[in-house]
Amino acid sequence: MLDIRNLHARIGDNEIIKGLDLTVPAGEVHAIMGPNGSGKSTLSYVLSGKEDYEVTEGSVTFNGQDLLALSASQRAAAGVFLAFQYPVEVPGVANMTFLRAALNAQRRTRGEEEISTPDFLRLVKQKAPALGISQDMLRRGVNVGFSGGEKKRNEILQMALLEPKLCILDEADSGLDIDALKVVAEGVNALRSPERSMLVITHYQRLLDHIVPDVIHVMHKGRIVRTGGKELALELEETGYAAYGADAA
Amino acid sequence: MSAVQETVAQVRAIDVDQYKYGFVTDIESEKAPKGLSEDTVRYISAQKNEPEWMLEWRLDAYRRWLTMPEPTWARVSYPKIDFQDYYYFARPKAAPKSIDEIDPEILKTYEKLGIPLRERDALLGIESADKPRVAVDAVFDSVSVATTFKAELAKAGVIFCSISEAIREHPELVRKYLGSVVPVSDNFYATLNTAVFSDGSFVYVPPGVRCPMELSTYFRINEKNTGQFERTLIIADEGSYVSYLEGCTAPQRDENQLHAAVVELVALKDAEIKYSTVQNWYPGDKDGKGGIYNFVTKRGDCRGDNSKISWTQVETGSAITWKYPSCILRGDNSRGEFYSIAISNGHQQVDSGTKMIHLGKNTSSRIISKGISAGRSNNTYRGLVSAHKKAAGARNFTNCDSLLIGDTCGAHTVPYMEAKNASAVFEHEATTSKISEDQLFYCLQRGLSQEEAVALIVNGFVRDVLQQLPMEFAVEAQKLIAVSLEGSVG
Repeated sequence: MLDIRNLHARIGDNEIIKGLDLTVPAGEVHAIMGPNGSGKSTLSYVLSGKEDYEVTEGSVTFNGQDLLALSASQRAAAGVFLAFQYPVEVPGVANMTFLRAALNAQRRTRGEEEISTPDFLRLVKQKAPALGISQDMLRRGVNVGFSGGEKKRNEILQMALLEPKLCILDEADSGLDIDALKVVAEGVNALRSPERSMLVITHYQRLLDHIVPDVIHVMHKGRIVRTGGKELALELEETGYAAYGADAA
Repeated sequence: MSAVQETVAQVRAIDVDQYKYGFVTDIESEKAPKGLSEDTVRYISAQKNEPEWMLEWRLDAYRRWLTMPEPTWARVSYPKIDFQDYYYFARPKAAPKSIDEIDPEILKTYEKLGIPLRERDALLGIESADKPRVAVDAVFDSVSVATTFKAELAKAGVIFCSISEAIREHPELVRKYLGSVVPVSDNFYATLNTAVFSDGSFVYVPPGVRCPMELSTYFRINEKNTGQFERTLIIADEGSYVSYLEGCTAPQRDENQLHAAVVELVALKDAEIKYSTVQNWYPGDKDGKGGIYNFVTKRGDCRGDNSKISWTQVETGSAITWKYPSCILRGDNSRGEFYSIAISNGHQQVDSGTKMIHLGKNTSSRIISKGISAGRSNNTYRGLVSAHKKAAGARNFTNCDSLLIGDTCGAHTVPYMEAKNASAVFEHEATTSKISEDQLFYCLQRGLSQEEAVALIVNGFVRDVLQQLPMEFAVEAQKLIAVSLEGSVG
């Protein structure tokens, strides 16, 4: 599914990813843990094609395709989805309008037909209640006036509608209380499938109690420094990242 | 290149020459001799078989105009206009008597613009689709070439015709109201218009009548070096209602064409007028060459108690826009509204806004202005809200938002407020924002293209105003917004 080889990336003159290797097979959920500033969020931006980041070396192959050759919107259409740590507000654009515009844009890029209005409404009606997304949230401007939890649930709703192949979750638990976290985690777990891979980026072990990964990677200073099973999270919770030279966080 | 930088680069690279309405119709025309003099004024009046009182009114305006200085207070700059270098009157040679006699070239022009002039086509349209019917007055250069649905409107007692026809057929109404909202010597351009106005629309809605369809005028400047000076007068008698739409385009020409219109609205007791404009005059090319100079005086008088006038405008064209649709809130409890979307791109300069003059008791007004600047353009909102000392309980709410695309454009807000009555309540809100890198990336990551993303964000920004437009106009306006920001918007 996703194969990253010797990736180097920088923003301005500042190299942040420094020779990263990572392979995520189809159907697996991999967690990336690491201290602040280790390059976790940068990795999510580089994979999703944010233009401020420049890849200087290495390759990223996604389902046999050279991912780095695609624009951000082409990557989205190819099935890369980033659930943002801080979803932005788009005032005046109704959430429903935005969801439909995104879905249809991806379909057009893939050469598929646009979804009809009744089909779209049916789809939203089917997915929204489980995530506790009300009619009101669908009518309001994208993320405008949403609480932290509502924004995160809205990200998961988009994921459920767009049905990506690779889901990157950037700090999906930040700012959530335990009940909100459970709703988000259930939403994510419902999307686990043999055809879909996930990359769960998190600082804390807490999220991984609810979204249980197949593999955990520890990232530090722009590289993967350790890889293990889900028990690795518990070990990190005990010892912190100090062993990797990071300040206690 | 970052997303925002790329947008800026694309906006800079815009070929404004893609202006979609830039074609010229090849048709023979009659023109007044070039330049402006008393003889020109007499020529125009004679061409239109006007009565003596109208000629005198024009000549009075011309003489006053000679003594008036050109205004310089607006935030626009352009080379001095040589008023002797324009033609003040042009019309298609064969003057049509009925729709079937209109030069087919002109009919084709309006077809290309998407304006159906043939009533039977429009009628057929209703059978198949549930499109609302719109009566159209089409003004080509200086004359009105066709007014549709006249007979049907007449049944309801509504008069909808060209102003020239109204001067001949309804002199009592014209004499009573023309110049009663915008006086002869109101301002330099209005006075010029009074002297040389060519054609425009006239509407009278009798007491208690709700006009059965939308009325619309479509202005087209075709001739080279021609000024278009239209004059529109709309009177809503007691308890009546009318919604009026105005659209404008011009061919693409290297030289600047001049457009100085005057629009007067009169709403009597309990009457309501809704006036919507989609202005898409040729904006000039990418280097700022050519384009329309648009100096317009639009004013509505809420003359009776409980009357209401609402202006909605979508301004995307013109090299220079100088335009302040205003309301005089004379009647007690009268209400004025101004909803505006002004988009500037390339080298366009926009200085636009409104005036709400509160004279009566418990009058209220609302101003929602959305300015979008891109390219190297400058976009200024200029507004005045005033309350006379007798205007007890006057209320105003103003909201001015500016959106910048790129960093070579400018947005300016110049609000004036004068309250001479202590009970007046004026509220003013203003914001300036830029399309952020993060907003763009969020949309791109969900699969939207750069152009779709900007269009979506801009449409969100102007939503409050688009909602005020009649449905079919809103769709057109939305498309126009996309076209105007072409290069940054799909």
